[in-house]
Amino acid sequence: MQLTFAQKLSERYRYSLILLKELVITDFKLRYQGSILGYLWSLLKPLMIFSIMYVVFLKFLRFDFGVPHATVYLFAGIILWNFFSETTGNALSSIVGKGDLLRKINFPKYVVVLASSLNALINLLLNFVVLAVFMFLDNVDISRNILWIIPIVIELYVFSLALGFILGTMFVRLRDLAQIWEVVMQGMFYAVPMFYPLQLVPEKFSKILVLNPIAQMMQDMRWALVGPKTITLGSLWSNPYIRLIPITVILILAVVSVQYFRKRAKFFAEEI
Amino acid sequence: MAKTVENAITVNHVSKNFILPHERAGNVKSIFTNLFNSTALKSKEVQHALKDVSFEVKKGEFFGIVGRNGSGKSTMLKMLAGIYQPTKGSVDIDGKLVPFIELGVGFNPELTGRENVYLNGALLGFSTKEIDAQYDEIVSFAELERFMDQKLKNYSSGMQVRLAFSLATRAKADILLVDEVLAVGDAAFQRKCFEYFKELKANEKTVVFVTHDMNAVREYCDRAMLIDNSEMQMIGDPKDIAREYALLFMDKASDHAKKGNGKRWGTGDVEITDVKAKIEKDEVVVKVKAKVNKTVDRLIYGIHVMGQDAAEITAMNNRMIKVPDIEHLAAGESIEFEWRMLNIFNDGNYSIMLTLVDDVANTLDWYTHAASFEVKRFERSTTPVLPPVTVETKIRK
Repeated sequence: MQLTFAQKLSERYRYSLILLKELVITDFKLRYQGSILGYLWSLLKPLMIFSIMYVVFLKFLRFDFGVPHATVYLFAGIILWNFFSETTGNALSSIVGKGDLLRKINFPKYVVVLASSLNALINLLLNFVVLAVFMFLDNVDISRNILWIIPIVIELYVFSLALGFILGTMFVRLRDLAQIWEVVMQGMFYAVPMFYPLQLVPEKFSKILVLNPIAQMMQDMRWALVGPKTITLGSLWSNPYIRLIPITVILILAVVSVQYFRKRAKFFAEEI
Repeated sequence: MAKTVENAITVNHVSKNFILPHERAGNVKSIFTNLFNSTALKSKEVQHALKDVSFEVKKGEFFGIVGRNGSGKSTMLKMLAGIYQPTKGSVDIDGKLVPFIELGVGFNPELTGRENVYLNGALLGFSTKEIDAQYDEIVSFAELERFMDQKLKNYSSGMQVRLAFSLATRAKADILLVDEVLAVGDAAFQRKCFEYFKELKANEKTVVFVTHDMNAVREYCDRAMLIDNSEMQMIGDPKDIAREYALLFMDKASDHAKKGNGKRWGTGDVEITDVKAKIEKDEVVVKVKAKVNKTVDRLIYGIHVMGQDAAEITAMNNRMIKVPDIEHLAAGESIEFEWRMLNIFNDGNYSIMLTLVDDVANTLDWYTHAASFEVKRFERSTTPVLPPVTVETKIRK
């Protein structure tokens, strides 16, 4: 009896994996279909946004990040933000976008949300290659701290995906969410120290801003890449409980998203 | 102890309700008023798509589900597939079920034929390697060798269906759910479908088959079920089910005729006052009474028979059957006609139209849906008439 259960389990994940792979490939093909530069856009876009911000904030407004290698600093912030905004945005519309499929075939629904996030994850990894080029050109001294990048990327992925599962599920019934989320993202864009140095913000506010998981990850990533002078959650707060707030938020969100998604997924076909 | 065949599907007192939220916001004002009016926000309608349906499908059985449009049969199929969850009751499946109920699920018009094969294959549970191994067979069965690198949007609908069907026949499952596949495709494609069905039957697969095609039900199904008005009406022998299904439509059609939805126009110089239609032995008899309101020199009288869809099956008048016109009718007189025609009509409800015209093309009385008659032979066939036919054969050596 136990063997058949194990067989069923492996069979179930086999199907999910096959489906996940094919959905990611299809998304990938469709996204850049008919465009001349195709996949290059996923690298060009952050570079272009970087150029704009570089000119506006570093040259015109002369923002001082208080660290050497401000270009690396800025670009790292942009790719992290891009990943977050792409993953949550894709996930939000992923289930409704696959409504046609959901109404006609029974398959593990989480595959849809997962597939929508994987293209963004590939983009993120490719952009890290560009970041490495930046660091090389800017003669950044690489320390052992750079290994912290790995847990930070995992944290970022878990946070984005957990939010994505909640957003995608809610969007099935609450179509106003697309507009709401756009506004929230606009707010977050300014609440995150992507294009401005955290030093510019009065400390009583920056202490709050850095509790936002995205801000925490962004600053920690910059710290790992460029240097110890970066203002981070750790440098602003010495209370260990407060330092745990962002990661606790993410873990709670992850548990809630799984529960919520599991509860609602059965009804997607009839509610879309 | 009697040997019992195991059930592939057990449906236990299943009900399904859909909650249909009402459109709330019409204009800006109503958005605001509704925002504070909780009953308006919560206004919704519960649609009972299925009520307390129970049945079993044995392993290796070919089981038909029939019913009119909107009766709930597709909802039933979606619940068997696990796409919908029952509101009440349970659905138990024993065996590997193909997860789709329609051909070509996931087909994307922007992808090429080849890419769609891999995508649809993945939905059927085939890995890239497994599709690689049978790719040529899939393509040649669909007869699309030359088109696989074209985008699907450039395929004709027939080509798409062929590709979808070719993929569907690959599905490895013990239980198949088939919804209306036979409604699409040309004769050659339908023949392929039927061959596939025969193969499924030979391999003792369990098949649940939703269709409107009673011939297919009689031919392939071991048992069938009739769903109407969200409830199971009958379950059992496919022949009985097919007959019951045909009756549903007859009742509906005769209701229509009884309500006298007919149109009528004309000068009224001669006016039809009474019409009776009935079947006597092998004849359809139509008795018509008319009264003359105004003197008419010459009267030509006709009768038309219309089928279910208001298509004219036959039309004739006295001249066509070489009966002289009626001459010199004076006001106050009355006439009676008795039409008799051989009942060569097939199952169904038929409507009669009567015409009275004069020889200078004045319409005196044009009476559509004047009466109706019903033929019940219980041999529902696609053709409207069943003329007496004989055939002689000679074999020469």
